[in-house]
Amino acid sequence: MSQPQGDTAGTAADVLEDLRGHLPEECLITDPTRLAAYDCDGLAAYRVQPALVVLTDTPEYVRRAVQACAAHRVPFVARGSGTGLSGGALPHADGVLLVTSRLRTLHEISAADQRAVVDPGVINLQVSKAANPEGYYFAPDPSSQQICSIGGNVAENSGGAHCLKYGFTANHVLALDVVTPEGEEVTLGTRAPDAPGYDLVGAFVGSEGTLGVATGVTVRLVRLPQEVRTILAGFEDTDQAGAATSAIIASGIVPAAIEIMDALAIEAAEAAVSCGYPEGAGAVLVVELDGPAQEVAHEFDAVEQICHTEGCFELRVATDAADRAAIWKGRKSAFAAVGRISPDYIVQDGVVPRTALPQVLRRMTEISAEKGVRVANVFHAGDGNLHPLVLFDGSVEGETERAEEVSGAILDLCLEHGGSITGEHGVGADKAKHMPKMFTADDLDTQQMVRCAFDPDGIANPGKVYPTPRLCGERPGRHTGPHPLQAQGLAEIF
Amino acid sequence: MSLLDELGALCEVREPWPGDLVDGLRPQVVARPASTAETSEVMRFCHERGLAVTVRGGGTKQTWGMPPARLDVIVETLRMDQVVEHAHGDLIATVGTGLRLADLDRVLRENGQQLIIDDLVGGSTIGGAVATNQSGPRRMAVGAARDLLIGVTVVRADGTVAKSGGKVVKNVAGYDLCKLLTGSFGTLGVLTEVTFRLHPVTAASQWVSVDVDPGELAGPVERVLHSQLVPTALEVDHAGGTGPVRVAALFTGTEEGVASRVTAAKELLGAGAGETDATWTGRFPWLGDDEPSTDVAALKLTCQLSSVPALVQETARRGVAVRGSAGAGVLYAAAPMTDLADTVAGLRGWCLRHGGSLVVLDAPGTDKTTLDVWGSDSVGGLEIMRRVKHEFDPTGVLSVGRFVGGI
Repeated sequence: MSQPQGDTAGTAADVLEDLRGHLPEECLITDPTRLAAYDCDGLAAYRVQPALVVLTDTPEYVRRAVQACAAHRVPFVARGSGTGLSGGALPHADGVLLVTSRLRTLHEISAADQRAVVDPGVINLQVSKAANPEGYYFAPDPSSQQICSIGGNVAENSGGAHCLKYGFTANHVLALDVVTPEGEEVTLGTRAPDAPGYDLVGAFVGSEGTLGVATGVTVRLVRLPQEVRTILAGFEDTDQAGAATSAIIASGIVPAAIEIMDALAIEAAEAAVSCGYPEGAGAVLVVELDGPAQEVAHEFDAVEQICHTEGCFELRVATDAADRAAIWKGRKSAFAAVGRISPDYIVQDGVVPRTALPQVLRRMTEISAEKGVRVANVFHAGDGNLHPLVLFDGSVEGETERAEEVSGAILDLCLEHGGSITGEHGVGADKAKHMPKMFTADDLDTQQMVRCAFDPDGIANPGKVYPTPRLCGERPGRHTGPHPLQAQGLAEIF
Repeated sequence: MSLLDELGALCEVREPWPGDLVDGLRPQVVARPASTAETSEVMRFCHERGLAVTVRGGGTKQTWGMPPARLDVIVETLRMDQVVEHAHGDLIATVGTGLRLADLDRVLRENGQQLIIDDLVGGSTIGGAVATNQSGPRRMAVGAARDLLIGVTVVRADGTVAKSGGKVVKNVAGYDLCKLLTGSFGTLGVLTEVTFRLHPVTAASQWVSVDVDPGELAGPVERVLHSQLVPTALEVDHAGGTGPVRVAALFTGTEEGVASRVTAAKELLGAGAGETDATWTGRFPWLGDDEPSTDVAALKLTCQLSSVPALVQETARRGVAVRGSAGAGVLYAAAPMTDLADTVAGLRGWCLRHGGSLVVLDAPGTDKTTLDVWGSDSVGGLEIMRRVKHEFDPTGVLSVGRFVGGI
């Protein structure tokens, strides 16, 4: 392997030279027309063509590619299915894009241990499909679950409609095989919980590809519930639907999911998939209850009553998979559906404390009116995660800018109410600039110490998440000195 | 000017009491900051002078882990015991880390809510529970402290105050230091304020239990584990030797729902199963009724779920008492001090072969430096852990030498 000269970083061409002969030619993409296919992820507003794309068919290719990048200090970005919505997998112009989507082996589905061991390129929904015959499933279910990869879920700590009750990806990952940004293979965590030492799995999940590349993932499987009931309730407006949400939570019920769509989002969904939601609804509330049959029956009665008390004018219940799919169809297609009512749109992702939802929604309506920009709302009401869809026409002068202003104002609104700038889409390239609004310089500096420990040269997905990278101090050697107990002659530790 | 006086200018201080000794080491001063700002002052002072610090809450787990290599100042968190916010509509609470779990529970229950971290030692503070990643039976349902902690304020070794997370449950902005700090045994910083997600207190709650022969354990455990009854806990308990194993499952929910699930569970557990209060599930197995037993070592063992019944047989064979979650694969054991090193090595090998690990939490009256308490050789990512420590505490003043690999 050729070495960089002195302190000068090399180029992607050096990496390519190192990899030739070790990886099949068909895995190394340099042709500009083919590179163009990788110039963005799910956030298509940002496009950067990478210098080199490496298709990794085995974990060994990942290790080799990262080692070559490390040797030449060339930045790399890992990418799974490329469905991320914050530009987390946006390539680096002078760097290498490592595509893990061909690593698709489901190594193990163990109902006995409630675990699955999978490659990072395995599609989220495939894990559940493989586990269903055993009576189990993989709980995190981002809306893109038919195409998004587990590796991407790990990078972004993906959520989904059901994380209200079942938690996020971080709550379901037990162990990771990782290639560190220095090209070393390590296994973090164990098949059992509480591996001794720092919870590096917890730090890695959601680090958006800045701490290394996962090449193997061990996740928890959850027993399929005995009973599932999905309720679709039509309300006059989002205030009523929001009040019903608060009342449900206050009653001590933790539903599997609570989702709200406003009139504009319903209009879009109807235009796209004819989901047949209650006619004339200013808002629909989708509540899913799951668990032991009798608990669900009891909760259902309570939810039904609450909906009627809060002004619901039509309530439907799905008890079988087909009915349930029909209700979810409108909700899950909502993002794409707004394309039917607007040429362009921005999908925003912010979080507020659930109790602040009514105020925040009212203020959003005002902002929308002030700027003359339409905003459709689809949100995970149970945990205060908003997904406003800011609609605009990019061909009309000034509309793009106005839409971006509104989108930014919505994030400010979330922060004013003690919320977060992202609930599940990640910071990525898109929101790094907003991080200083949420955290102080000391907060950001402290968080980045983790990065310095994993990636002292800052070559793993640079420029994402943090607006100003921390300058990592001198790297401690493998042994920074004798252990204090060793020094005192008390113990031999190493 | 004495150290006591100098630190006394920054916050309340006191001379150490005999109970403040950590594995025989006597600190010079116990500092009792009342706020994050005071904690920051104390840490900055200690950092500048190279004074070694350990953190203490209720002092219930001070002897867990390795003995500190050096100890000058104990930072006691007990005065930071305020409930900053209980936003019951949002099911979250922000509290000082010196608050005791039991005291928080009283406050939360006024609004029908709870923080599900079982206090198996009694008197734990929230900070201590987080720092040691303390967990009990109900982790099967909601996860451990790492899964409930959503925001943290930490004072670094040099006094820098930093936050991570926030007060909303769903949040992916920035690295999640909450998880990194949970279970870090005070080696990365002093936690001063934390925010948790809460759960509603359910209307009904009932344990069901049965005694079975160790060789017959797999049947009832697996039938309940893979049922759709959603137990909140599934515990096993064995005193070591030849006696029976107690198996207990906890069901929480509505009155009718719990009643019907309890009936179903009794069927799954088999002949002799019945309702019980299962108070034993609320204590670590090495604790007597009042005082910790000094003639046993405290171990934490983990393994893959399907191996839990075999682990109980393995500990029984070695005369080790074991108790813990067959639903999570996390068990605690009380091992005789005789041949402890052999017991630890044997059981650790077994746990490693079955997807888990073994940690010696405590070994009263023993020189723990002669035991590999953390099993550091088998810890993945140890080099990165050393670097994390180096980043957070470059001069090595916080809980020196207490953690894995001498961190």
